[in-house]
Amino acid sequence: MALTDDQMERYSRHIILKEVGAKGQKKLLDAKVLVIGAGGLGSPAAMYLAAAGVGTIGIADADEVDLSNLQRQIIHGTADLGKAKVKSAKETINAMNPDVTVHTYRQFVTSENILELIQDYDFIIDGTDNFPAKFLINDACVMAKKPFSHAGIIRFKGQLMTYVPGEGPCYRCIFKNPPPKDAVPTCKQAGVIGAMGGVIGSLQAMEAIKYILGVGKLLTGYLLTYDAIEQEFHKVKLPSHTENCAVCGDHPTITELIDYEQEVCTDGLK
Amino acid sequence: MQIIVAGNKKEVQDGLKLTELFVQEEVETPEYVTVSINEEFVPSERVKDTVLQEGDNVEFLYFMGGGSNGTDR
Repeated sequence: MALTDDQMERYSRHIILKEVGAKGQKKLLDAKVLVIGAGGLGSPAAMYLAAAGVGTIGIADADEVDLSNLQRQIIHGTADLGKAKVKSAKETINAMNPDVTVHTYRQFVTSENILELIQDYDFIIDGTDNFPAKFLINDACVMAKKPFSHAGIIRFKGQLMTYVPGEGPCYRCIFKNPPPKDAVPTCKQAGVIGAMGGVIGSLQAMEAIKYILGVGKLLTGYLLTYDAIEQEFHKVKLPSHTENCAVCGDHPTITELIDYEQEVCTDGLK
Repeated sequence: MQIIVAGNKKEVQDGLKLTELFVQEEVETPEYVTVSINEEFVPSERVKDTVLQEGDNVEFLYFMGGGSNGTDR
């Protein structure tokens, strides 16, 4: 389907780019991206994807909007307090861009639901705050051969990397197992500067958009880290082949999805 | 000798152990930090015995959460 006059105008700053054009804009309108976690990372990620005209955006989150979220979770406003985050996020996106179809999933991701959740999407954005979810998303994306963007933020620091099936390491290649509960600080305990979600979540949206367009270099095989205090980005090159990775290696030992939280609570998994 | 830590050149004593570098660099919870040297991960069981060489390119990869709840139960 050809772009409408309104779409030609709305996306004119995209269409004028030689890397995008009308053809690339149509790719974005046809694309489906799932954002898991409508929080500090998922807010800017989903909003930039929506503004860019990514035609189908899924939002998965079971939480409600809390007052302490609003310092960084910019897809939600004061009037949304107590509302389901997925509902609040959908309303914001609908107000931004009528071209976007929003699917909401008011649930936490688990080994039971994640494969079904991700199956219809072209790219997945991990905007979750905890390691059981991050490992679950990684393993599910490796198993289902789905590209995804990992990111994390804490204090004045952030990091992200992109996994593309068959190209470079996965999250578990770097971090073999989740840390025991409370072994490493969380945002709730340690704090996070609100704009960090904006920096890193926007970079996640950028990765998704570039993947959809097939333009430029992705953060596959690299972990990009950002230190706001030093005001420095640093791109860490990762080993290219990780034949012994438990999930994406040559002889995977993890062949079923794991819900880590209980294990961490019961026996302090290392 | 000179090594590179997180992209920055550093002058360190010859024969510096990786565990000593953790202290110098004030690495938080080193047992949960993945280390790469010259773009190869150091297996956790080898961290204790790893001695750095001239020119080594050392990176510390930290666990970072953040974002929103995905599986909080």
